[in-house]
Amino acid sequence: MTNSTVQPTPASATPEGGHLLEVRDLYVEFRTSEGVAKVINGVSYHLDAGETLAVLGESGSGKSVTAQAIMGILDSPPAHVRSGQILYQGHDLLTQPEEQRRQVRGKEIAMIFQDALSALNPVFPVGWQISETLRTREGMSRADARRRAIELMDLVKIPAAERRIGDYPHQFSGGMRQRVMIAMALALNPKVLIADEPTTALDVTVQAQIMDLLADLRRDLGMAMILITHDLGVVAGVADRIAVMYAGRIVEHADVRSLYRAPAHPYTKGLLESIPRLDVRGQELATIRGLPPNLMRIPSGCPFHPRCPYVQQVCVDVVPHDLVLGDGRTSACHFAQEVRDDSAR
Amino acid sequence: MTAPASSTKVRGETILSVDNVVKHFPISQGVLFKKQVGAVKAVDGVSFELRRGETLGVVGESGCGKSTLARLLMRLETPTSGRAILEGRDLFKASGAELRRLRRNMQMVMQDPYTSLNPRMTVGDIIGEPFEIHPDAAPRGSRRKRVQELLDVVGLNPEHINRYPHQFSGGQRQRIGIARALALRPEIIVCDEPVSALDVSIQAQVINLLEQLQDEFGLSYIFIAHDLSVVRHISDRVAVMYLGKIVEIGTEDEIYERATHPYTQALLSAVPVPDPEVRHERNIIRLTGDVPSPADPPSGCRFRTRCWKAQEVCATEEPLTVARAADPHPSACHFAEVRPAAA
Repeated sequence: MTNSTVQPTPASATPEGGHLLEVRDLYVEFRTSEGVAKVINGVSYHLDAGETLAVLGESGSGKSVTAQAIMGILDSPPAHVRSGQILYQGHDLLTQPEEQRRQVRGKEIAMIFQDALSALNPVFPVGWQISETLRTREGMSRADARRRAIELMDLVKIPAAERRIGDYPHQFSGGMRQRVMIAMALALNPKVLIADEPTTALDVTVQAQIMDLLADLRRDLGMAMILITHDLGVVAGVADRIAVMYAGRIVEHADVRSLYRAPAHPYTKGLLESIPRLDVRGQELATIRGLPPNLMRIPSGCPFHPRCPYVQQVCVDVVPHDLVLGDGRTSACHFAQEVRDDSAR
Repeated sequence: MTAPASSTKVRGETILSVDNVVKHFPISQGVLFKKQVGAVKAVDGVSFELRRGETLGVVGESGCGKSTLARLLMRLETPTSGRAILEGRDLFKASGAELRRLRRNMQMVMQDPYTSLNPRMTVGDIIGEPFEIHPDAAPRGSRRKRVQELLDVVGLNPEHINRYPHQFSGGQRQRIGIARALALRPEIIVCDEPVSALDVSIQAQVINLLEQLQDEFGLSYIFIAHDLSVVRHISDRVAVMYLGKIVEIGTEDEIYERATHPYTQALLSAVPVPDPEVRHERNIIRLTGDVPSPADPPSGCRFRTRCWKAQEVCATEEPLTVARAADPHPSACHFAEVRPAAA
């Protein structure tokens, strides 16, 4: 029971020459019997060593599919990468043969999932699952792998690791299961950790524990992290930069502070105004009218235009390009400047 | 749509009074000769009053018994003991025609809009089904018109009456669930996590709809949710549950600004605030460990195993949920006090 203040995250370090991980103009579609769903429509983002990038979006925005494309775990068919590049340390992962990609997966880039209960195998003890990677990938002996698994369980602060290594997933609580999954992801010392909604299924006090753990591990192990979430509160607590996705595009990209202070895309602005806040009383909830688009029939021009309060004829006709607003901020809106000025007031 | 006749009644009077309700689920062992070896104490002595026209928020983590409480109030579960007085009658003792009559006054909106609507029924049949059970609520000839009115009230197109649930989005389905709950013109609606399955931009639409319906029809809500920000937004009073008990209950202001129970304080401090400017200034209370099993709750105060204030008395004596010197709202802690300069 400690009363601790959140530690500031250290400034991110950029490696020499290029980014650690870069997604360039990625297009992914799902070819189904009902038609082609354009799930990712030209997504670009980058990640430098040691930093935390949050990818924010609602269901169907394509935030998880982008991550699956990076990991090479897209279900294809129906998924099909139409074009784009995913550069890891300068090499395009998409053109590499599966054998080579496997060397990257887990060892360089690892991923944790939302639902730990279904991501873990119910019929094997957790220790066996954590050490499996070590045995198959590192060729460790059973005894060594077991020792390392206990170390990893200690690292993610599972109490009495030595005693619990033989327990099965159902014997752990939700928060502890998520820790087991984090331990598995860390087994091969990855440089990038992709966390896909890591705390969505957890209670608020446990969520705080897991977010703390992730922040500590990221700092201690010097990892870079991509945090995929729909929760604006979680993002504000840990991320350095944030990319907001809508209908398979990044609509706004900025450092966390400036984005929350003055969002420059009407969608981001609408989201921030529509969440009830714990620290604000008697607040009027604004709403974003309408529904997210059907990805088989994305509206013309700006995909957000049917729901946008700033809509003009140009939004219906022309797809907006990323407008650079300075300090590394971009917004894919024809009226980005205006929106930002409105938000800043 | 006309307001229910009862709206002439006084706003603020007690409409539902719940007294010491208990639900223990038996744990049994053995195949042929089953014997009870213990009980999961899902709800263990909960009392509160609901006033006319107000929203009572119920918050707590998973397993605290808040959904069981909702199911008990709807008589979907039979309580082990306790009373719930609605219209001068004990809801838990009622049966047959009387239970049907009482239930008509209290309806429920479920959490998951994907599983709580029958996929083989049209929207018109789903919303009109309560009229099959209570034929006097709307004469057969006018039911279709009434269902269309309800669709209109919740912001759906009345012409979509013949569509099926799969043709609607999650937010629209939740509106269908709300229309069904409104069909019998109840005075009380129990909402069990009504917005937690929805996207952020849709959540606000449904919350605003619930607030607007409350003003229009003078409804009383019991609003169960795990999201403390949503509960603060919609509630007049809030009850905080932990392991089957209410640990603190008070007005929205008393709970969110002047909480005296350590669990409430920890819960509030753990909620992420969507503002990076305050992230380093907030004083977050980190609770260690998990919620103990409700089959074997700790002696004395149930929160003591995770509480930083715990002393010997907490293990031997259970604190009552009563008004304390720290602040005049009921709080179940021997050492209740307002947290100094809470974030």
